[in-house]
Amino acid sequence: MAYSEKVVDHYQNPRNVGSFGASSDVKTRTDIGVGIVGAPECGDVMQLQLKVTADGVIEDAKFKCFGCGSAIASSSLATEWVKGRTVDEALQIKNTQIVEELALPPVKIHCSVLAEDSIRAAIEDWKKKNGIAVAEEAHAH
Amino acid sequence: MAVKTPIYLDNAATTRCDPRVVEAMLPYFSEKFGNAGSRNHRFGWDAEDGIETAREQAAKLIGADAKEVIFTSGATESNNLAVKGAAEIYAKAPAGQQGRGHIITCTIEHKAVLDPCKRLQREGFDVTFLEPPADGVITAEMVRAAMRPDTILVSIMWANNEIGTINEVPEIGRLCHEKGVIFHTDGTQWVGKMPTDVERDCIDLLSWSGHKMYGPKGVGALYVRRRKPRVRLEALIDGGGQERGMRSGTQNVTGIVGFGKACELCMAEMEHDRERLLKLRRRLEDGLSGRMEVVQVNGHRDRRLPHISNISFGFVEGESLMMGIKEIACSSGSACTSASLEPSYVLKGLGVGDELAHSSLRLSFGRWTTEEEVDFAVESIAKAVEHLRKLSPLYDLYKEGVDLSTIEWQHH
Repeated sequence: MAYSEKVVDHYQNPRNVGSFGASSDVKTRTDIGVGIVGAPECGDVMQLQLKVTADGVIEDAKFKCFGCGSAIASSSLATEWVKGRTVDEALQIKNTQIVEELALPPVKIHCSVLAEDSIRAAIEDWKKKNGIAVAEEAHAH
Repeated sequence: MAVKTPIYLDNAATTRCDPRVVEAMLPYFSEKFGNAGSRNHRFGWDAEDGIETAREQAAKLIGADAKEVIFTSGATESNNLAVKGAAEIYAKAPAGQQGRGHIITCTIEHKAVLDPCKRLQREGFDVTFLEPPADGVITAEMVRAAMRPDTILVSIMWANNEIGTINEVPEIGRLCHEKGVIFHTDGTQWVGKMPTDVERDCIDLLSWSGHKMYGPKGVGALYVRRRKPRVRLEALIDGGGQERGMRSGTQNVTGIVGFGKACELCMAEMEHDRERLLKLRRRLEDGLSGRMEVVQVNGHRDRRLPHISNISFGFVEGESLMMGIKEIACSSGSACTSASLEPSYVLKGLGVGDELAHSSLRLSFGRWTTEEEVDFAVESIAKAVEHLRKLSPLYDLYKEGVDLSTIEWQHH
């Protein structure tokens, strides 16, 4: 399978790799939202950590990803896109935008879905930690 | 020494045609272009001579008589002809009825055996799909335990194409002869690489392919035993009655000539090739195990073909790993390399955890693979694994001492 140049670039130079601490530490920090989606047996696990200010602006983002090149690129791109946005703005990011930006083929659409899900999961985690009601939204794949 | 890239480590998929094979084929494209079925002129005789020489060469490689070799378009056709052709002839009840007979095969066969067996299942045959143990070896005991009074056919591959493990083929053959059951084995990865003797090994039907042993693509053979017992087959392709009526159609003369030459070369160079390949495999596996942690060689440690190595690299997904080793041509058991998004059914069949199945590479060596190329591969793979483990949340968890199986993952 041929990858788009953008996928190859994110694969070779992934942006914002890492975490804000060990998984046990970030669990209790109210300024960090953590989203882990996927499962090892499915071949994809994405971990997104967002550092969010008290007024809901995403200051920084870090990711780790076990998955194919498209999954790595999707999560790397997601960190670039969420930085500087408010959580509500970040929730507007749709997987189709990721598909378009990275020119993902149909068989790789699930990678972009996973990236969208990781943003949602990380923001929900941050909201829960800060006592903000999470909007009930039907979100099934 | 600088190596020339890309490096080809996918010889279990196909091999480069040996230049000596190409040389032998050339006259049959030009001056000896005849149809072997033309019985009354020079052109036909030349073509027929070419085919009969190839038949002798093929038979010699497996310890058979030339009359017992049928040429086909490849191992897929040979497997189809063997499995469907034998089932039809030895069926206990006519087409359209149930209870037509019992067939034994295993879950990690190539699709060219599995799918014909599944078709037969729909057509009134009972099929037992043996599940291999963790080391991947199908034993005679497993086959014996599955035998029934109405068993008509056993089809167990000689060696597995993804992991290279070697099944108990002579033992299974002896068991089948003892029980009066026809025994077919898919020898695609075995024949030409390992000593083969259909008499000693008690084989009734043996499939193999040209392009896996430095011959051309589009040509294969099926050994069909003629004595003790005389094995009969229902043809799949009807027509001019070529190949003893078992495979009609004008013979692929150039392909068959190349196939024969490839058999002859394999026979002459087998011992030498085998030792070289084994050394390369050891060099690769030792090199990788020495460079990083959580590396698992899949399949039986010793009962394995010398030219195939299937390795899982923990916490790293196979397709992304292949992206990082673009200079190396190999295969992955990862779901993402197939359209189905399912990881290798062979590795799953072995009980290799799904995440390790997603993390696997198959590297396979051939006649022209060098030590320098293997060293280059070790270096590239080690670098790519290192890069990807830095990105891997699973590696972090492993480093933190978290048991991955205790985590509740969010499945899709």
